[in-house]
Amino acid sequence: MNIIFILWLRELKRYFRSWPRLIGSLGQPLLFMIAIGFGFGPVFKAAGMGDYIQFLIPGVIAMSIIFTSVFSGLQIIWDRQFGFLKEMLVAPVSRLQIMFGRCLGGATIAVFQGCIVLFLSFIVGFHLDHIWNFFAAVGFMFLTAFLFTLFGTGIASSLKDAQGFQLIINFLVMPIFFLSGAIFPINDLGPYLYEAVTLNPLTYGVDALRGTLVDLNHFSLIHDFSILVIVIVFFLFISSYLFSKIEA
Amino acid sequence: MIIKVDKLVKKFKDFTAVDQISFNVESGEIFALLGPNGAGKTTTIKMLTTVLKPTSGSVIINGYDPVHEKNKVRQSFGIVFQDPSLDEELTAYENMNLHAVLYRVPFQERPIKIQALLEFVELWDRRKERVKNFSGGMKRRLEIARGLLHHPKVLFLDEPTQGLDPQTRNHIWEYIKDLNKKEKMTVFFTTHYIEEADKVADRVVIIDHGQVIASGTPAEIKKQNNTDDLEEAFISLTGRQIREEKADNSAAIHSRFRR
Repeated sequence: MNIIFILWLRELKRYFRSWPRLIGSLGQPLLFMIAIGFGFGPVFKAAGMGDYIQFLIPGVIAMSIIFTSVFSGLQIIWDRQFGFLKEMLVAPVSRLQIMFGRCLGGATIAVFQGCIVLFLSFIVGFHLDHIWNFFAAVGFMFLTAFLFTLFGTGIASSLKDAQGFQLIINFLVMPIFFLSGAIFPINDLGPYLYEAVTLNPLTYGVDALRGTLVDLNHFSLIHDFSILVIVIVFFLFISSYLFSKIEA
Repeated sequence: MIIKVDKLVKKFKDFTAVDQISFNVESGEIFALLGPNGAGKTTTIKMLTTVLKPTSGSVIINGYDPVHEKNKVRQSFGIVFQDPSLDEELTAYENMNLHAVLYRVPFQERPIKIQALLEFVELWDRRKERVKNFSGGMKRRLEIARGLLHHPKVLFLDEPTQGLDPQTRNHIWEYIKDLNKKEKMTVFFTTHYIEEADKVADRVVIIDHGQVIASGTPAEIKKQNNTDDLEEAFISLTGRQIREEKADNSAAIHSRFRR
């Protein structure tokens, strides 16, 4: 247990000691909130869909979470490059414990960032009805974050160096983000697009956040919760297998 | 015998990196594994340290089998890799503490052992500094301190003095010889500095093309090859041609940042 804790703590220390990374990662969400939020606001309202800011913010929070989480998982590539991975692989510790500690740490960081984005969103006019909404949302933030740190870890375990990084971000993470209902409603989409959206795990994270924060969910919260948990278990198996296969 | 290697083989697809190597290391010995680039040293060390699985043959470390009793073997040895394996964003103390937790050093003993070892390598005053600000020599000393934290029976060192200035090199060997004498700790190292092996090693094994081509004390090998200089003996055994080194990703990054 101690082992998982110290690896969790390591992720947190590394994050909080890197001010540029912390501040920099708030740039994109802020940009989306302001440019897209206020940019599409009038169109959304004209379409009879109501306040776009209320709709969008859960999506922006989800964006921050998926990017932070996947990036955390990809840290293994850096550890491999800078040598620290060897120290972990040679220690008398199971790979599962190592992976668990890192992913819990990465997920914690992602949730923390998600909360910062949430607090920033109050500046642009987002509002919550009850404090209960916040805690429920944090729970779903964590599930989503944990899912994607596992995902990032699995991918990073299969890469030899940072070359594949750009490919991953552009052809995997971006599509997952854009096809999750984060920035547009998924109620009336055409059949093929809707199909793609329902196959995307992030969709359920976004939906759950929208449900807990502003009561605008498309699926039921139970449905969202179940899917997230199932996919987490799936990635737990796959990523721990891939991680255990690494030879430094 | 603390390390027993018997007919060890490692094949990668159709390339045989290690071809029926056998040797033993006695407990409390300082033992050197020498060989030109590409001889199979790193592959051999990887098999001894549970990182690679042998194709065939057997390895016993401290009575345990690295393939089937991984964690018992890992608890038995400490290793200082050729390139740093520290977390540069953490402090020296934090790196030590992380290692202590991973190796299950009991909670009460941790601060005591960490302090003792950091003082031993003369880094106690800099324990709160981030490792990224350390010089190459300091990082190497920290890794030695860290590798000893869990009181291993064997300390593996892969090119321990590579890229270091003479004073630091001398210091590092002083630490190691001191430990070997006081704690009767077995030391297993590889190096390209043959004269260091000559001065420090009790016994030496020279490999080339994955096979053992000489083994014995430095004196014996020098005598067998009619020379007073172990490096001469080495060159006459392995030939004068330059061997190509395998490109190493991590080495490239470190050499760019080496101070």
